Amino acid sequence: MSQSLNDDLNRFDHTVDPEMDNSAYTLGPLQAGPPCCHPRPLIRVEHLSVRYGEKPALEEITLDIHRGCITALIGPSGCGKTTFLSVLNRLTDMIPGCRVAGRVRMGSTDLLHPALDVQALRREVGMIFQKPVPFPLSIRRNIELSLLEHRITKRSELDGIVEQVLTDVGLWNEVKDRLNAPAPALSGGQQQRLCIARALALEPGILLMDEPCSALDPIASGVVEDLIQRLRGRYTVIIVTHNLAQARRIANYAGFFWVKERAGTLIEFGQCRQIFESPNQDLTAAYVSGKRG
Amino acid sequence: MPEATAHSIAPLGITRDRLATFVIWSAALLVTGLFLWLISDILLGGITRLSWAFLTEPPFDAGRSGGIGPIIVSTGLILLVAIAASVPPALGTAILLAEFSRRESLFGRSVRLSLDVLAGVPSIVFGLFGNAFFCIYLGLGFSILSGGLTLACMVLPILIRTAEEGLRSAPDDYRLAAAALGLSRSAALMHLLLPTAMPALIAGLMLGIGRAMAETAALIFTSGYVDRMPDSLWDSGRALSVHIYDLTMNVAGGDANARAAALVLVVLLLLVNGAAMTLADRWRNARIVTA
Amino acid sequence: MNWSKLNTLFPSRADQPLLWLLRLCALTAATVVLLILTFLVIESRPALRDVGIARFFGDRSWHPTEGEYNFMPMLSGTVYCSLGALLLAVPSGIAAALFSRWYAPASVAGLFRRLIELLAGIPSVVYGLWGLTTLAPLIGRLHAPGTSLLAGILILALMILPTIALTADAALAAVPQAYLRGAAALGLSRWGMISGVALPATRSGIATGILLAAARAMGETMAVLMVCGNVVQYPDSLFDPVRTLTANIALEMAYAMGDHRAALFVSGLALMLLMLAMVGAAGLLSRGRRYA
Repeated sequence: MSQSLNDDLNRFDHTVDPEMDNSAYTLGPLQAGPPCCHPRPLIRVEHLSVRYGEKPALEEITLDIHRGCITALIGPSGCGKTTFLSVLNRLTDMIPGCRVAGRVRMGSTDLLHPALDVQALRREVGMIFQKPVPFPLSIRRNIELSLLEHRITKRSELDGIVEQVLTDVGLWNEVKDRLNAPAPALSGGQQQRLCIARALALEPGILLMDEPCSALDPIASGVVEDLIQRLRGRYTVIIVTHNLAQARRIANYAGFFWVKERAGTLIEFGQCRQIFESPNQDLTAAYVSGKRG
Repeated sequence: MPEATAHSIAPLGITRDRLATFVIWSAALLVTGLFLWLISDILLGGITRLSWAFLTEPPFDAGRSGGIGPIIVSTGLILLVAIAASVPPALGTAILLAEFSRRESLFGRSVRLSLDVLAGVPSIVFGLFGNAFFCIYLGLGFSILSGGLTLACMVLPILIRTAEEGLRSAPDDYRLAAAALGLSRSAALMHLLLPTAMPALIAGLMLGIGRAMAETAALIFTSGYVDRMPDSLWDSGRALSVHIYDLTMNVAGGDANARAAALVLVVLLLLVNGAAMTLADRWRNARIVTA
Repeated sequence: MNWSKLNTLFPSRADQPLLWLLRLCALTAATVVLLILTFLVIESRPALRDVGIARFFGDRSWHPTEGEYNFMPMLSGTVYCSLGALLLAVPSGIAAALFSRWYAPASVAGLFRRLIELLAGIPSVVYGLWGLTTLAPLIGRLHAPGTSLLAGILILALMILPTIALTADAALAAVPQAYLRGAAALGLSRWGMISGVALPATRSGIATGILLAAARAMGETMAVLMVCGNVVQYPDSLFDPVRTLTANIALEMAYAMGDHRAALFVSGLALMLLMLAMVGAAGLLSRGRRYA
């Protein structure tokens, strides 16, 4: 299952800008601005609805997530953005009474199929939460935890992965001397980057980010935002954010959610620049200009 | 000055307040006094007899002289049997309750109800049950095994309750984050949730041991009175608390040794309870740091 | 629309073996309760059949060797001891809780609470030892023989006081600060605040503690066995020896045979049901709130 999911994903090349000092990173330079890739849909969501018990949370969402791009989901609180993310890695399974309808396909795989191996799916689709959730273990153990259960047990291989993912998130130089220190002792921004590293260690193709910066101070938030930009191209990123400026800075695509009749709906979806500069819907225009929301 | 004004407004309230203060202080002093009396009595009565020899020698003359060596060994064996028999089912039940069933589910409620029932059973009734089931029905006779198994039934609710609470207090964020990393529930449990809850689990275990160690009534008809060194788990063995009871009630002139044995029992209990409390505190602090 | 209900709580395939193991554990734990009830009933059956419930209350006295099985004297012993102990322990236990929460200086309050916790942990056989060797002789000087209903009441009161004090303390700690600030803002005195706001707000919590303490008092065996004198009779005064139901079981199990033994199991079953009713009532009172 994991293999077939992986086959659906093509990794992108990226060129290195010699002007930039990238010694701390292996991901390559910042790719600024949203002139994007050719739209090649990776996940196709059609008529997706979600209910908690009898309470509708999402109604009739249809959109495509494009390969290698950053897709931002914007909109006011409580309009179902987080629920949308949880459908994509089936964390909705863990919510009692949650029911899902519609079609969500990744390549030829039906993500809503009851017999889908959700563990394989979740290894392919990583998730970062709003509040960093470092496990109360050592920094090293946080990253190794998910690897140990699967294939990797060799010490040298584990060490290699730990170093690589920590370098990827720019944390290696900060923590390389104290890998055995407890992870909860890190600062908020470091914790969030550790959580990203933990997700990257599984070599996912897709990263879901649920307001990854909103619990951080402005400086840590900036560092994490830079990091997300560096992920572009290598990973398909879907990010929920309340910060319109941030969405505008980093995203290639944007989807605008709004609450209609007490259920979240997708008002408009398109290229980020188009959503912000020439929205088709009045509601979108009002929201992105700050008149509503 | 303000007191004078208050006095002129509500003299009755102030009088009552003073009276209540007086009554409460005297009640607290009385309680403290009584308890200090009790503790000092046991301490002073027992400490003169206490020696290394007392702890290791066998009792002579029905316990009037000699020590409590075999009795400590029997107590230890009974506790070991109780722990070995109660910890695995208790841990399993707690995990099932905390991780695989919702707090309000029918299954969870019925298991919890039966645990409340178990926790409410008087210890002498555990003695009756142990005698009828382990000693006679299973043919184990008066033995350390019978006594230990009876105590295992008795501490089951404590162990399950504390373990369930310990596991539940691990934040749900951990479960979500572990699931998002593709971990199975078993793996999350083994590598993440059990280690997180470990201090709470051990604190609960200590509470259970303390309860079992203090127990007398359930042991009289299950593990018996024999004060020889036990040869095996199928031998009868006298627990420390039973020894204290026997010396006080049935042996004229056994008081002094009974006090010494009581002192040993209380000190052991204090150590166990202290360990439980320290662990629980450390666990609470660790959670504060994490949060 | 086609709603799919995804497998909630999703024990995946990898989790199945563990889940079966856990179910086995829970089954074992639940079986213990059933086993206890079953064996108590099985062992009681001969007496219920041959003697009958009416004779447990109607026989002339408790002479099991002569076929007389009246439980009433022992039941009265249990009730007198428990009620007397509650009468003493409830006010002083609540006073102790109030003391540690509002009257004692901070350093003393901590020590005082530790002391109470310590006493909650002292085994009943040690209370019995102390009662028999220290308290009973003192009472004996006042009125022979010393081992008496009074000694039982005093020892039981000491034993259940920590239960009441600790549950009341926990309940008082849960009173919202806003209530107390509100009371202070009204210019109430300390006692006015306690009697007017704090105690009424914690009524159900304190009642739960009292019920649990009562259950503990009725189920207590060793201490009352050691200090009460164990004479089967209706006491005329506080200085008369009495025998409680629990002490009766402990004293006679060693040699009881046939209907006698079965009668003891009947009293055990009755005790268990009584305690269950009280614990159940405590559970209803606290309505889902946890008690240790």
